[in-house]
Amino acid sequence: MQRPRSETVQGNWEHFPHQADIGVRGIGATKEAAFERAAQALTAVITDPESVAPTQSVTIVCEAPDDELLLVDWLNALVYEMATRKMLFSRFNVHFNDHSLHATAWGEPIEVARHQPAVEVKGATYTELSVKQDERGRWVAQCVVDV
Amino acid sequence: MDLNQLKRRGPDEWHISPHGKMRVPGVIYASEDLIRDMDEKVYEQVSNVATLPGIVRASYAMPDAHWGYGFPIGGVAAFDPDLGGVVSAGGVGFDISCGVRALRTGLTVEDLQPVKELLAEALFHRIPAGVGSTGKVHLDRHEMDAMLAGGARWAVGKGYGTHEDLEFIEEQGCMAGAKPECVSDYAKKRQQDEMGTLGSGNHYLEVQQVVQVFDAAAASAFGFREGDLVVSIHCGSRGLGHQIGTEFLKRMAISAARYHIELPDRELASAPINSEVGQEYLGAMRAGINCALANRQIVTHLVRQVFADLLPQATLSLLYDVSHNTCKVEEHVVDGAPTRLFVHRKGATRAFGPGHPDIPPSFRSVGQPVLIGGTMGTASYVLVGTKESMSLAFGSACHGAGRSMSRHQALKQWHGRDVVKELAARGILIRSPSMRGVAEEAPGAYKDVSEVVDAADEANLAKKVARLEPLVCIKG
Repeated sequence: MQRPRSETVQGNWEHFPHQADIGVRGIGATKEAAFERAAQALTAVITDPESVAPTQSVTIVCEAPDDELLLVDWLNALVYEMATRKMLFSRFNVHFNDHSLHATAWGEPIEVARHQPAVEVKGATYTELSVKQDERGRWVAQCVVDV
Repeated sequence: MDLNQLKRRGPDEWHISPHGKMRVPGVIYASEDLIRDMDEKVYEQVSNVATLPGIVRASYAMPDAHWGYGFPIGGVAAFDPDLGGVVSAGGVGFDISCGVRALRTGLTVEDLQPVKELLAEALFHRIPAGVGSTGKVHLDRHEMDAMLAGGARWAVGKGYGTHEDLEFIEEQGCMAGAKPECVSDYAKKRQQDEMGTLGSGNHYLEVQQVVQVFDAAAASAFGFREGDLVVSIHCGSRGLGHQIGTEFLKRMAISAARYHIELPDRELASAPINSEVGQEYLGAMRAGINCALANRQIVTHLVRQVFADLLPQATLSLLYDVSHNTCKVEEHVVDGAPTRLFVHRKGATRAFGPGHPDIPPSFRSVGQPVLIGGTMGTASYVLVGTKESMSLAFGSACHGAGRSMSRHQALKQWHGRDVVKELAARGILIRSPSMRGVAEEAPGAYKDVSEVVDAADEANLAKKVARLEPLVCIKG
């Protein structure tokens, strides 16, 4: 579950180590895809995203002055929705409009016995935070999350 | 960490000379072994904190310091508002006022044996723990604000615990200066169902045995002896604190440029104490402290109900309640003069020495109890604050073992069920809704808490009083 998934057109996600917590990284052909995969990596901190059925949708809008703060806002918006709706999410669709992000997240109510949630995420941090294109032109969006 | 970049000033004291934009030196308290094992990031983060405006004396790290966010976890720094000092949302962290509370039970391990399994099950079922768990206390808008203003004092007023409890909580159970109106509706909504819940990660509820007493006089003042059964609760301000941290981190990261604060790391997000953002954060953060104090008070009430059912002869009295993620206004002597400072402790415990007026009268002659949480397979410790500590790191000590291994690595190394089985064979009952969570929290993923505590003791940050070992552990 911690290893990168095989790369697809939608990109992939992975975790990277942080001593106290865990880093989430989304990689994709577009910035949108990288943000979507980073969200999947966030879910994978808690449970196997494949165990989460995308049956209910939630709309998320956030705004920030730059891409990096926007990534943190996006992940924190998901943390908030997970906490207040008692849900987990597995599918994401992200669009950008200047400095704002419009997204739909699909998921289902948490079922402790089935999802075996390891830990709740307190928030996304600015540690190891970056949103940029790598040498292969792929977008990489990442940060450490506090658990 | 590379020792060549440090100056050794004592067996357990290491200095980082000011370099670059550092305004004060860095000081790390740790044994040579601990410091060798510390991540290089601790050096970087201690140095970064030393660049913040208005920092006084030094940027400190405790023996359990590890790579955190902005501040190292185990970081202590104090700021003078009259010198342009700042308050930092990153310097307090997401889990505002996360802390440890210990309760005496009036029982010994022999009393526990006949009902140990039953007690573990009952605690697991009565105290909500883990992702998605909800408490039975739901607050409307008015009650939420009353809780945020009143802390544990509010909880006692609602019937959760007794007035005697309040004396043994830092701030007597109620942090002054809280401003519920500075806490967003989002934060309040996130807390709606989470009062009286434990949370997850390294949070726990344990029934422990006092296995060794190092300082009989302090143990006697604290009211326990070898063989006694103690209950320890480790949790914080839940969703409300996390949301306050999230929101102010962003506000401060954006407003820093306006206040001409150069941030070497965005996570050090800060604002001048004497600024609108700074004051609003202080009001909200203090409300977050009250939320944590009320939360631990409600959890205590639930624990007492369980004990009343199964071990009615028990008397659960509060030993002490410490918070280890805070910013508090304290008076400290700087250059010979008493000075009002904003002391940030991020993963560090207040450890005031004997005679300090903020310590309950019954402990005042010995010093403040310092509660150090360990892992579910090792031990926790009770320490006591020292006179010297006040002049070392503003009366602070370590807070726990600190991870030595990432969750990622731990999950590769252990299976939750095996951890539970191995600990059961040693007489430690683990109850948790998530086996993956247990694997990530495996005792082997943490530093040796005894080594951390020995270093704190040798450095005189706090002295060892007793070692406590777990018998029952509820993990989120």
